[in-house]
Amino acid sequence: MLPTLWGRIQTRVLVLGILGGVWTLVLIPFLWLLSPGSPSAADVLRVAYTVLFTVIVLGVAWEFVYHFLQQFRWEKDWPTLFGLVTAINEGVVAWLVVHGTGILPQDLRPSPLVFSVQFVTTWLLVWVAVNGPLRAVFPHWRFRGGRFL
Amino acid sequence: MVAAAGIPVVDVPFVTVGSGIGSFVTVDYLRICGVPVEQIAVLGPQDVPWHSYEYLTRVSQIPRGERLRSDSASTPDNIWGFPSYAVREAWADRTLKPLWNILVEPIFANYYTPRAGQAFESMEKECKRIGYLECLRRGQVRMIRRRNGGGYFTILTPPQGTSPTKRVAFRSRWVHVAIGYPGIKLLPDLQAFRETYRDASKVVNAYESHEHVYQSLRRKPGTVVIRGSGIVASRVLQRLIDDRDAYGLQTQIVHLFRTYVDKSHGSHIWMRRKGKDGWAYQGFNYPKSVWGGQLKARMRKLEGHARAEAYKQMGGTNTPVRDNWQEQLRRGRREGWYRVAVGTAERLVPGPGGQGVVTTVRVDPHAPVRQDHRPDGTFEIYADFVIDCTGLEADVREHRLLRDLLDHTGAGLNPIGRMDVERDFELRGTRNGDGKIYASGSATLGGYFPGVDTFLGLQIAALEIVDDLARQGFCKKLTPWRSTAQWWRWVNNKGVD
Repeated sequence: MLPTLWGRIQTRVLVLGILGGVWTLVLIPFLWLLSPGSPSAADVLRVAYTVLFTVIVLGVAWEFVYHFLQQFRWEKDWPTLFGLVTAINEGVVAWLVVHGTGILPQDLRPSPLVFSVQFVTTWLLVWVAVNGPLRAVFPHWRFRGGRFL
Repeated sequence: MVAAAGIPVVDVPFVTVGSGIGSFVTVDYLRICGVPVEQIAVLGPQDVPWHSYEYLTRVSQIPRGERLRSDSASTPDNIWGFPSYAVREAWADRTLKPLWNILVEPIFANYYTPRAGQAFESMEKECKRIGYLECLRRGQVRMIRRRNGGGYFTILTPPQGTSPTKRVAFRSRWVHVAIGYPGIKLLPDLQAFRETYRDASKVVNAYESHEHVYQSLRRKPGTVVIRGSGIVASRVLQRLIDDRDAYGLQTQIVHLFRTYVDKSHGSHIWMRRKGKDGWAYQGFNYPKSVWGGQLKARMRKLEGHARAEAYKQMGGTNTPVRDNWQEQLRRGRREGWYRVAVGTAERLVPGPGGQGVVTTVRVDPHAPVRQDHRPDGTFEIYADFVIDCTGLEADVREHRLLRDLLDHTGAGLNPIGRMDVERDFELRGTRNGDGKIYASGSATLGGYFPGVDTFLGLQIAALEIVDDLARQGFCKKLTPWRSTAQWWRWVNNKGVD
């Protein structure tokens, strides 16, 4: 990836929002099955989209950090591997936010398994998409630092 | 007037001059954007788009089986860069190695680069798919001139005996110029040697056929001086050392650096490039982000002096880090058959008895290597051959067509002295009525986009050009829908129409 800051933010919000949003919907039945107790479908939906929303909002902040770190690279690129391993720091922080703040009521907080299944699969899907298939749909995107607009 | 001069006139809306990879990728985009083959004329001397490129890579020691210096997603046969070369190689060879490489590069592996053969074969396939050869009219283009009433005449001289007239005029609204390198140029002292002693065999340019050097070294041991520290120097060194290893030769190598880089260098902690052992290291011709990221966005805004400065900052000769090259040179230094010298070559004369070449070098007193020299600060290197790997390019005025555009069609020069183009690659100053001339490739280096003389650079230029042509109504817009549908046709190797 050869992102600019504005391109990073657009890619983060739009790809995670749209592709991640659709994927979350696909996952709902599985997350429901994996959830302990017997939550309603609406609760599972609420939890999953809260997690997704948290990852997007925190992600925008992370992009500023990554952009800063990118300045130390002569090439001003962001290697494919970085896009994968940043799942670790982002996953940990997103988990802490979902569990440690009042963003979700105590009884609705996802189990580690439910959170991991959603977070890891969404991350992998988005990572694969931005490293190839997205270019087939948006031929200008890769030459504009990841901007769609 | 043209018809009165007995020159037949062919009407076609779009002409691309060069018939190399620049013409090919532009035609590829146009065809994908719905332009029929009858509305495009490709004029130039090359029978296939990679003809000239393959010649240059082959003589500079990258035959089909060796790897280019090009990113996996820079695919001239595929405007989307997906699937990339690495993915295709993994699929074809049923191996995960290239995929692992692109996953961990450049941190845990050297950059993946495609084999030259893969690039040529895939272009051949795309040529067939889009009907490229149906647009091709071979010959030399000597001039492009404005015509009364808008648009241009492009005058083609077909090969002798292939056309009833000596010249054919193409009347078009748009012309695209991608003629490649204006020409190669020897270092001045090497040129002087050739002219003075009428000997072109001992002093060669790496971009000329110089196989006789390697053959001679196989027959009898010798010393070679390498000038330059870019990718071509790396490749020529590899060939010399591969031959040394394969045939048990005793070749001695003296590598003359004008600038010796011994560590990371740059003006600011955010502008620091790696370097060691004389070389400046960089994956590709430019820092990667010129093809789409921060540097591309930044350069697009710079004008005049500021742009020339930015080019200087990111420029400078460099080569990629490749483990096999590192190993060979380490071994050469250890065993003493690869030595470096740092300084400026002042004079070249034939060796004693007309054998070999003697280079007089003025040492660089600031170089971080110890060099013995005479009291006047010079020393001599005796060698059997000198290979110029500096990749010096001729001035754009040396090319007849470019000179004609500068002198008669209103084109101008950019801050670093090449053809001046707009952000959309329109050749500044050449507009005529509703007609436009575009230019891309090496001749336009120094513009708002730096990576012009690369596979991906040619595609970036072509996309800007077709976007502009779509605005003028010549082709369809490359919308997400069209792009996806056309990509699917590419995947299934179906024609564009």
